[in-house]
Amino acid sequence: MISSQTQSTQSGTTLDSGKARQARITGAILLALACLVLFVFGMDASGDATFRLSRPTDPWAVPNLVVPAGPFNYIAGAILAFLGVRQFLQGGVRWTSLSLGLGLAILVMAFLVWATAGKAFSLTGMLQATMVRAVPIALGGLAGVLCERVAVVNIAIEGMLLAGAFTGALIGSLLGGWGGLAAAVVVGGAFGFILAALVVTYRMDQIIAGVVINLFVLGLTSYVSSQVFSEYRHLNNAPVFRAFKIPLLGDIPVIGPMLFKQNLFVYGALILVAISTYYLFFTRNGLRARAVGEHPEAADTLGINVYRTRYIHVTLGGMVAGFGGAWFTLGSVGRFDENMTGGRGFIGLAAMIFGRWHPVGALAAALVFGFADSLQQKLALLRTPIPSEFLAMSPYIATIIVVAGFIGKAQPPAADGKPYVKE
Amino acid sequence: MDVELRGITKRFGPVVANDGINLQIRAGEVLGLLGENGAGKSTMMNILSGLYAPDTGDILINGKKVVFEDPGDGIAAGIGMVHQHFMLVPVFTVAENVILGVEPTGRFDYLDLKTARKQVRDINDRYGLEVDPDALIETLPVGIQQRVEILKVLFRSADVIILDEPTAVLTPQEVEDFFDIVRSLRDAGKAIVFITHKLHEILEISDRISVLRHGRITGEGDPAKLTTETLAEMMVGRPVSFTVDKSPPHPGRPMLSVSDLCLFDAHDDFALDHVNFEVHSGEVVGIAGVQGNGQTELVETITGLTRPASGMIRFDDENVTRASVRDRHRMGMAHIPEDRLRSGMISNFTVAENMVLNSYYAPAYSKGPEIDWPKVQATAAQYCVDFDVRTPSVFLPAGNLSGGNQQKMVVARELERETKLVVASQPTRGLDVGSIEYIHERLIAARDEGDGVLIVSSELDEIMGLSDRILVMFEGRIVAEFDTTKGPIDRNAVGLAMAGASS
Amino acid sequence: MSKTLNDKIDAAAETLLNRTSRGREDFETLVVVPIFAVIVALILGALIMLATNVDLATIGKSYVALAHGSVGSLSAISETLTAAIPLVLAGLGLALGFRAGLFNIGAEGQLLLGGMAAVVAGFMLDGLPWVVHLPIALLAGALVGALYASIAGWLKAATGAHEVISTIMLNLISFRLLDYFLRQPFIQKEGRADPISKSVPDSAELPRLLDWIDPNLRVHAGLFLMLAAVAFVYWILFRSKIGFAFRASGENLHAARYAGMHSSFIIIAAMATAGALAGLAGASQVLGVLDRATPGFSAGIGFDAIAVALMGRSHPLGVLLAGLLFGALEAGGRQMQVDAGVSIDLISIIQALIIVFIAAPLLVKAIFPWGFRSDSQAKGGAK
Repeated sequence: MISSQTQSTQSGTTLDSGKARQARITGAILLALACLVLFVFGMDASGDATFRLSRPTDPWAVPNLVVPAGPFNYIAGAILAFLGVRQFLQGGVRWTSLSLGLGLAILVMAFLVWATAGKAFSLTGMLQATMVRAVPIALGGLAGVLCERVAVVNIAIEGMLLAGAFTGALIGSLLGGWGGLAAAVVVGGAFGFILAALVVTYRMDQIIAGVVINLFVLGLTSYVSSQVFSEYRHLNNAPVFRAFKIPLLGDIPVIGPMLFKQNLFVYGALILVAISTYYLFFTRNGLRARAVGEHPEAADTLGINVYRTRYIHVTLGGMVAGFGGAWFTLGSVGRFDENMTGGRGFIGLAAMIFGRWHPVGALAAALVFGFADSLQQKLALLRTPIPSEFLAMSPYIATIIVVAGFIGKAQPPAADGKPYVKE
Repeated sequence: MDVELRGITKRFGPVVANDGINLQIRAGEVLGLLGENGAGKSTMMNILSGLYAPDTGDILINGKKVVFEDPGDGIAAGIGMVHQHFMLVPVFTVAENVILGVEPTGRFDYLDLKTARKQVRDINDRYGLEVDPDALIETLPVGIQQRVEILKVLFRSADVIILDEPTAVLTPQEVEDFFDIVRSLRDAGKAIVFITHKLHEILEISDRISVLRHGRITGEGDPAKLTTETLAEMMVGRPVSFTVDKSPPHPGRPMLSVSDLCLFDAHDDFALDHVNFEVHSGEVVGIAGVQGNGQTELVETITGLTRPASGMIRFDDENVTRASVRDRHRMGMAHIPEDRLRSGMISNFTVAENMVLNSYYAPAYSKGPEIDWPKVQATAAQYCVDFDVRTPSVFLPAGNLSGGNQQKMVVARELERETKLVVASQPTRGLDVGSIEYIHERLIAARDEGDGVLIVSSELDEIMGLSDRILVMFEGRIVAEFDTTKGPIDRNAVGLAMAGASS
Repeated sequence: MSKTLNDKIDAAAETLLNRTSRGREDFETLVVVPIFAVIVALILGALIMLATNVDLATIGKSYVALAHGSVGSLSAISETLTAAIPLVLAGLGLALGFRAGLFNIGAEGQLLLGGMAAVVAGFMLDGLPWVVHLPIALLAGALVGALYASIAGWLKAATGAHEVISTIMLNLISFRLLDYFLRQPFIQKEGRADPISKSVPDSAELPRLLDWIDPNLRVHAGLFLMLAAVAFVYWILFRSKIGFAFRASGENLHAARYAGMHSSFIIIAAMATAGALAGLAGASQVLGVLDRATPGFSAGIGFDAIAVALMGRSHPLGVLLAGLLFGALEAGGRQMQVDAGVSIDLISIIQALIIVFIAAPLLVKAIFPWGFRSDSQAKGGAK
């Protein structure tokens, strides 16, 4: 997508003084974080933080990781301060982004240690939850990648997720889990097709089309759920796909439960990411699709049907989003609630940007958001002094930071968001 | 392979772009197609390559009628086109661009880039094109990009090759190299259509010439029997000279002086590399160079759109290095931007609104926080009359005007006030001859009134015709300076400087 | 120059000042398309009801109720106006943003926090005379709305973060913020465990206009606020200097920048103005109707306002008309729920459908080909 405008405002030219300033700002941020870690997390923390790495039932039990909270956070603060000073004084231009990333990672660790000080916390459980919560975001991001690689901005991912969740619950209640899943994918694809029709054939503004589909799906699902579900409860009671362990791999400590002891949706997301990476970057049709996103006129002169390519990929994106939407019902609670996707589709878009329009990148970014999401859930249990409402904001704040911090650095497909009008 | 167009007509709304065109294209021959901008050359060739469908008329290949449904059909029939604006995906490699649409594949739709590279190298060797198949397009100079376009056409084994304004982005020396490639293609039995509006080029390369005006063929002939004068008359419909009448300059005090100007691009390379020069009042300074050698950045820095990394800009004896666009405008700097549709005007705004786009805030046009629209409209009407902007009303959206009138509107807005320096970037690109002549006259008139005039153009003829002094830019540096007032200058020397040879 | 030549030039300039006549095309996009859009949306709405097992008699009954509940009586009209007030106010803000090229989805959050601020200003300053108190409460709402919207504006201007994503995230954040505030002891109503704010005293309330006829008529003085805002936004967009810059940036950012307009300032100013109007919408809702703040008191007005702005084609008068239509749908929808037992969520479907057809006139023309002149007559030109 997103903001061709601002990019050209900078007209492709950066100043070295600008980079130095950026480094100084980064340095200042890191120093501020260092103070936070030292004086809040460090001085306030007493006792040991215990991280459980395995469950008693696991075949290979790994001892708990015990970290003395105070000393750990003093060291973390010192590292942050070192990084900050280095950035600040040297204007270490080359390492600005890396330092910032490292600094944020240290901040999260220090925060966890502080919050866990004197208590015990299941790291394995949180990583497992991270993966689970990353699924709808990763699939939303992947849907975005498929659409934006052919230069269609898909703001409607949120609506497609919601449609998938709703269909999964309704059809799942009638026909069982697999039927519900298939229906969710079909309905997601249908909304993808509608979006493609609106923006490709009827040349509607892409953002407006997306927003309208979101409003429409929200209205429709809310209408049916209050008109029908409230009366016929059995229509909103779908079976849930349970987690199953992949033999051997699932027993690996820490990583095992995260990657190989999950339900269908987690495996599906991982496989879809792998397939779409192969498709986009190693196949003929992938090359053509990317050409349509980068330079549709060129693709057209070479006999590639721009409109058809866009239709196909936006529909595929919708199907992926429909699958991701089914996670909310068939992969989680089995029941549809109004507006239950809660902005995950938009976070998926942010994951796509953060992941530089690459399926693997989107997955990695989704894991970051999933981490923020599961962290706030677990922290609520640890009873930190931070109000729960603020913890609940953290994925959204993370999204804003990502969109604000990485937009200028990643390059969207060149024709992104622009309709292609063929004479 | 021979191709014939018979009675081709194409309309875009009320505009008839092609009107009953007949044309023969023969194997082993270069057909020169001459016409000024907007004459309908590109439309005709887009029809021939299958990108547009004609409203009426037939295309015959080797005497047999064919119908192209989409561009793939044109390619399949052996017709390849090199577009004026390159149709290359900048983030793809040369090989990926060349094979796009006809990719060699393995199992599971696997893209066989290894075979592709080999095939590209084979063609390279056969025609001596010398392009690295693994280079990213965006890293290649335009001259090489053009060869990639030719590679694409050859890869599809085209027998008819259409070249649409192929020399627009080349230096004079590159043009010579390019002509050699064209001749070798012709000798290999290809039919070549060479589209241009440059008279001397068409005389040099063509075996046969057709002239297009207002969508019709207005003349045909043998280049040996034609002169630039007769061609020009066929093309424009009246005798034209193409030389700018101007008196000797009377340079005064320095109006603009740029010292040690540096700017970095996105890859931390120099976009501007210690640029130094002055523009005096009462002279025209032309900046020649192949597109993309820092001219755009230079203009943006001078007009305040971009802050330089280092260096100083003085305008009218004041340091304006950190002054805003508006401040510089207010001080009397006029800017005719290089791409009027993108940055010179707002298509959906009326002519009146466009006329005050950069002066709407001025006391002359406002009452407190409000804009005095009746006054703006009256002024705009006056400007339109003064600058020959042909529009039925100032309330018409500017996008409805023709290109020439749009540009005259921009020129009117910039020059119809007290100016001291005129910065004109590609002031006549894509315009008809009448508008070009008019705008040239206005720029010279500005000089004669004592303004400093800085012209940036990739058309060397324009620079040579207008300038009193010529600076040549290459890779962000000023590499040569020529004084046209001290006798005629050597076109080749300028061309060499544009290619980076130190003088 | 001779006198006759001068006269000729003046005459030529004079003819350029004749307005070009508005064509049939304008009439089609401004009148015909919206009418078709509403009709198609109502038909599709009926089909959806059919699909969800609502019988034909009930569908008929619900559309009768829709009409009756929106314009069928004085109280219906009062309800329609009451619903239209915040929609028009927030819609004006969004329209202004659209004109400046900013697709602000954040009206919901700006409205919530603006309303919250108005409530706080309302009960904190209890005891002031209403001439001071009411303006302060309204102003507090506008100010907080403007500040909250400026965050997204600043992010876009400084970093290029796209406003669609940042405003949506700010919406989600605002829901949590509201929940948090409503639990704070100085805001929460005494003796209540659920999140609900203290009530606004009478001196800060927007007075009801028709309670001398019937105390149940809810239409309030926010109506004048709404009309004033329509005039104000019209003035800003089409008369003022800053509005010219807004529109120029929205149409062509490059050209605006080349013309010396300061894009960062324009982005932030446009977002702030839009946020102020959304905040005002929230304030008018709490000060005129609700009397207090509760979680989610905005009830989706900020999202419906997007539809209002789109349907009004980002023109203040269009927004006013679209707001009245949507207000009518809202008021009628409540009647429909009561009379026919059809969920009011149907109204959001119909609203979304209306927007689809309005934003894609080509689609309407494809459905009703006879309503429009053929394309070949349309103005065109070589690419």
